[in-house]
Amino acid sequence: MERTLLVVVLAPLLAAIAAGLFGRLIGRSGSHSVTIAAVAVSFALSVKVLWAITHGTPVFDDAVYTWLVSDGIRMEVGFLIDRLSALMMVVVTFVSLMVHIYTIGYMHDDPGYTRFFSYISLFTFAMLMLVMSNNLLQLFFGWEAVGLVSYLLIGFWYTRPTAIFANLKAFLVNRVGDFGFVLGIAGIVYLTGSLHYTELFGSAPEMAGRTFEILPGTAWSAITVICICLFVGAMGKSAQVPLHVWLPDSMEGPTPISALIHAATMVTAGIFMVARMSPLFEHSETALSFVLVIGATTALFMGLLGIVNNDIKRVVAYSTLSQLGYMTVALGVSAYAGAIFHLMTHAFFKALLFLAAGSVIIAMHHEQDMRQMGGLRRYMPVTYWTCLIGALALIGFPGFSGFFSKDALIEAVHASHLPAAGYAYWCVLLGVFVTAFYTFRLVFMTFHGEPRMDEHTREHLHESPWVVTVPLVLLAIPSVIAGWPTIGPLLFGGWFGNAIAVLPQRDVLGHLGEEFHGPAAFVLHGLTSPAVWLAAAGVAAAWFVYLKRPGLAAQLRERTGALYTLLVNKYYFDVFNEKVLAGAARGIAQAFWRGGDVALIDGAAVNGSARLVGWAAGKLRAIQSGYLYHYAFATIIGLSALLGWLLWRR
Amino acid sequence: MIPLSHVLLLSGILFSLSVAGIFLNRKNVLLLLMCIELMLLAVNFNFIAFAHYLGDLSGQVFVFFILTVAAAESAIGLAILVVLFRERQSINVEDLDTMRG
Repeated sequence: MERTLLVVVLAPLLAAIAAGLFGRLIGRSGSHSVTIAAVAVSFALSVKVLWAITHGTPVFDDAVYTWLVSDGIRMEVGFLIDRLSALMMVVVTFVSLMVHIYTIGYMHDDPGYTRFFSYISLFTFAMLMLVMSNNLLQLFFGWEAVGLVSYLLIGFWYTRPTAIFANLKAFLVNRVGDFGFVLGIAGIVYLTGSLHYTELFGSAPEMAGRTFEILPGTAWSAITVICICLFVGAMGKSAQVPLHVWLPDSMEGPTPISALIHAATMVTAGIFMVARMSPLFEHSETALSFVLVIGATTALFMGLLGIVNNDIKRVVAYSTLSQLGYMTVALGVSAYAGAIFHLMTHAFFKALLFLAAGSVIIAMHHEQDMRQMGGLRRYMPVTYWTCLIGALALIGFPGFSGFFSKDALIEAVHASHLPAAGYAYWCVLLGVFVTAFYTFRLVFMTFHGEPRMDEHTREHLHESPWVVTVPLVLLAIPSVIAGWPTIGPLLFGGWFGNAIAVLPQRDVLGHLGEEFHGPAAFVLHGLTSPAVWLAAAGVAAAWFVYLKRPGLAAQLRERTGALYTLLVNKYYFDVFNEKVLAGAARGIAQAFWRGGDVALIDGAAVNGSARLVGWAAGKLRAIQSGYLYHYAFATIIGLSALLGWLLWRR
Repeated sequence: MIPLSHVLLLSGILFSLSVAGIFLNRKNVLLLLMCIELMLLAVNFNFIAFAHYLGDLSGQVFVFFILTVAAAESAIGLAILVVLFRERQSINVEDLDTMRG
């Protein structure tokens, strides 16, 4: 087992090194062969591990390497392979493999071809380290490593100023989240003296009774503080309001990256982490409510932004934000299994949607504005059908994978007793309508209606090569069927076992499970729920506005002037960040620079001391006459004074 | 026999003369060198006087060392003086103030 796990993790790393350092030597085809082979090996072994874990192999929890032991705290590289991490391994390596293959087609003409393969392989390694870890330190290593690769890949086209701005923004916003995350880890180490999952989960009930005194004279529940700190980290990585601002901008990176990192895997790291930490979160209702409110807000309000965007990738990006919000809502109501289930189905259909968008972008010669598209259905049938499947899965069309996860999730929110559950329920329910509307707006504007591109582009429109379409098809299959076999065991069958802990009084999924009679019955039941009809209404509205009456959109835009302006400006988050936060930081930095550095250090300390020496020397130089007899006189006087003093002292 | 104090007085006078010579002389570097020699001789007197008085010959041995060193030093000093004169056409002490601050 241990050897298998090491191969799973290290194969992508070695491939990344081979393609990154020896890319020139092994060439383009060498680079993609070695990385794809490595990720394929990882994927195959992950499937094997998942199979073994579900068929009786005990949970693997062991250190493979002890880095250091300090004051009793062991810092190790170790793996915890239970059903949660095994499932994540399969999802990560599968999507990664698809994206690797797709990249051959998408990056075909790019001069940074080998570099790109090196990065995505490195990403796979980092993500696997993150999900397979058995301690917080390694989790944090993976966490930062995926952040680094994300930074590198957003700025992959490093000559574009917008890309550099976007990757810096992603990096800085994630620092804010990571700061909270580190504080959370520090709090855990402070209380339990251990980084190891099983040990700290064991002491969770004891931690629940402890308090911190953050401000003198106040008692803060330790576990609430820790959980909120950890969740702040998840907010950064999983792009929850208000730390979401980096994700839409990350679309500056190449599309395969948007699919792999900024939709399917890396951004779900926060969701995974909270699910992994479920034994801690369960003990703090405050923290769960916080998670719930943040998630619900993200789910609805970020979805609204998808409606006003015209960049095909940004629409999908806002959709990702909204879906991450759904997952967070599930975490908030203690439906961790529901969050992971949605994470899995979302990984498939969102990667599919991104890759389909990428396929469109290739065909359109890197034009991303949907207003310049239209009618592409006839030119690229494979892309159209796979994209449609992805869209249907996203809006929760009955029977598709997204339906199972999203509907179960909404039901779970409905069943929750947390104070904020009412707000969250309305948010996720309205979010369904919004999701359907912007998704089908994308589909209709891109693939239906009259072609709006120029003549030259239209003549060159054609379906993408097989390396692009095969991953689309391979991702479309799980997007459709992944829900059927998995919903029963994953959500209601206690499939995750001890990997996820839920307190009995918050066990909403268990509550729902009592009424669960197989996936077919679930679909039938779903038809009577408001979510499906809201989704249908969303599709119908999109059809009416963008196909039936194309002029209506412009009218609506004018009617709802203030609201539209608010949405187009993304609720002024960016403006706020740039003007207030960045502005204040720049102001403080300016003050420190002028006052501290220029005036105090440079002026007073460095140049001041030099000037003092110069001034003193100017005064003292008058003594230096240059005449020999003056020096001799001084010598004699000095000598006699010294001798006199010695004599007198005796 | 001449008492010790007389000899010490003589050497003190010689030393003071040479110090005064160094201070008062503003014209001639050559005189400076001579004053230094005189100073050394005054010291030598002291050595000899004490050696004789204490009956210890090592003091007189020092005199030989000092004389040797003084000879070498004045040879170098004169050489510098020659070079200085060639350079500046003068050995006037008041002209030699390049070290003035």
